[in-house]
Amino acid sequence: MIGMDALFYLEGVRYQSILDIPALQINPGITVLLGASGSGKTTLLKLLNKSISPTSGSILYTGSDLKKTPSVSHRRQVLMLSQQAAMFPGTIEDNLAIAFQFQERAAPDAEMMQRMLAQVQLKKELSEPVLNLSGGEKQRLALARVFLLDPAVFLLDEPSSALDDDTADAVIGLVVEQARATGRSIVMVTHSKAVASKFADETILLKDGQVVRRIQNRGQEAGS
Amino acid sequence: MSGAVQLSVWQVVFSYLFVLLVLAIVRKRGIRREREILLASVRMSIQLVLTGYALTFIFAHPSPWVTLLIIATMEGFAIFTVFRKFKGQLSGRLKKTIAGAMLAGTLSCIFYFLLVVVQIDPWYDPQYFIPIAGMLVGNSMTGISLGVKSLVEGMSLQRHLVEEALNLGATPRLASREIVNSTFDAAIMPTINAMLGMGVISLPGMMTGQILSGTVPTTAVMYQIAIMLGILGSVALTVIVLLHFGYKTFFNHDDQFFPGGCRKYCEK
Repeated sequence: MIGMDALFYLEGVRYQSILDIPALQINPGITVLLGASGSGKTTLLKLLNKSISPTSGSILYTGSDLKKTPSVSHRRQVLMLSQQAAMFPGTIEDNLAIAFQFQERAAPDAEMMQRMLAQVQLKKELSEPVLNLSGGEKQRLALARVFLLDPAVFLLDEPSSALDDDTADAVIGLVVEQARATGRSIVMVTHSKAVASKFADETILLKDGQVVRRIQNRGQEAGS
Repeated sequence: MSGAVQLSVWQVVFSYLFVLLVLAIVRKRGIRREREILLASVRMSIQLVLTGYALTFIFAHPSPWVTLLIIATMEGFAIFTVFRKFKGQLSGRLKKTIAGAMLAGTLSCIFYFLLVVVQIDPWYDPQYFIPIAGMLVGNSMTGISLGVKSLVEGMSLQRHLVEEALNLGATPRLASREIVNSTFDAAIMPTINAMLGMGVISLPGMMTGQILSGTVPTTAVMYQIAIMLGILGSVALTVIVLLHFGYKTFFNHDDQFFPGGCRKYCEK
């Protein structure tokens, strides 16, 4: 049956007048959503983590209908990083720890947190107040936060928009590498065709709320 | 008991000299408020005279039905005042929550206070019921107004934090915890501040009134202590009920967040 081995399967999904997707399969691995602003990329991500629900149609996640899945437990598995992730008052450590409080889990130790900061190339002390961070540093901290939570699927909305090209390349590269190594999937929104061709197993092209093309990247193994 | 000095009509008329004085000052200074000052003075006088006659009649003919009617009217006015103050900002569910919180918070405290603390007999004795219910309802109304303001503003001003918390896998309860806590603070602080200054910065109105009417100060103080604690309880209970159910009115059954309050298809 269609959609059983898919990560997500969308059928007849409409969201207001923003999105209209008759059918779409998103496979495990690294998927990039590409399109101009206003093409519905972010809306699609929000639908996938049940931040919003489709006006009509249904979305399956690993074969089960999202309508019947409790939202909070779904969001803990399919974690979304919004484009401008908010920071909570306090230090870097507070901002990493609070995510675990939200999920009612024990926070990892300082060493683990520092390792994750290093991975996103954020050279800051855990005790640094987040107020002192620049836009790019906050974005990397937000990325570290979701990776520390280690969900099954990452939904990343323009995770490198506030980073310069070199840093973006390096950070996204590391993040993709870690996801591949641990068998996690990523659905990533971006403007950048370079990011898409470099990292994606599959690229989905959106225009005016519709899927116009799907491109398999032959250079890579289609995800695990 | 020495009793109060009875004020004759003429003595009260003398007190209108204050109004004339204020009128003269604002006219001289060109502050155009003569109309408002006059209207407020006249309205206040007429309303109080009517209330005086009404209370005299009610005290002379105590009836459980009249007492219940009065408390219902008070609650109705208080709830309606809160609705009007936040016109257009409240979802239907939040309005229901406000009404429920007011009724639950104040009625339980009123009955506890009258029947267990003061032990009035009969339970509907209007001489006690009406003023005490008025104080608890009035203070709880102020408390819930501050609470609603802080809750509605918190959800809209801190929407990005609530959304982020949900994205990170928080339940609505955890996502709105900070807002709920600061709302409780905002609603209860005026009552706590009033208690802190009481007897030093201000002599409370009820106590002053009792002393003027000839009650010995120690008795008046006992009443004041009891009523302040009653007010604290009533305000706190009202706000707690508001918060316990109120934050949920900003989320739908799919735990999706509506910063302006969820208005359609929201029931669980």
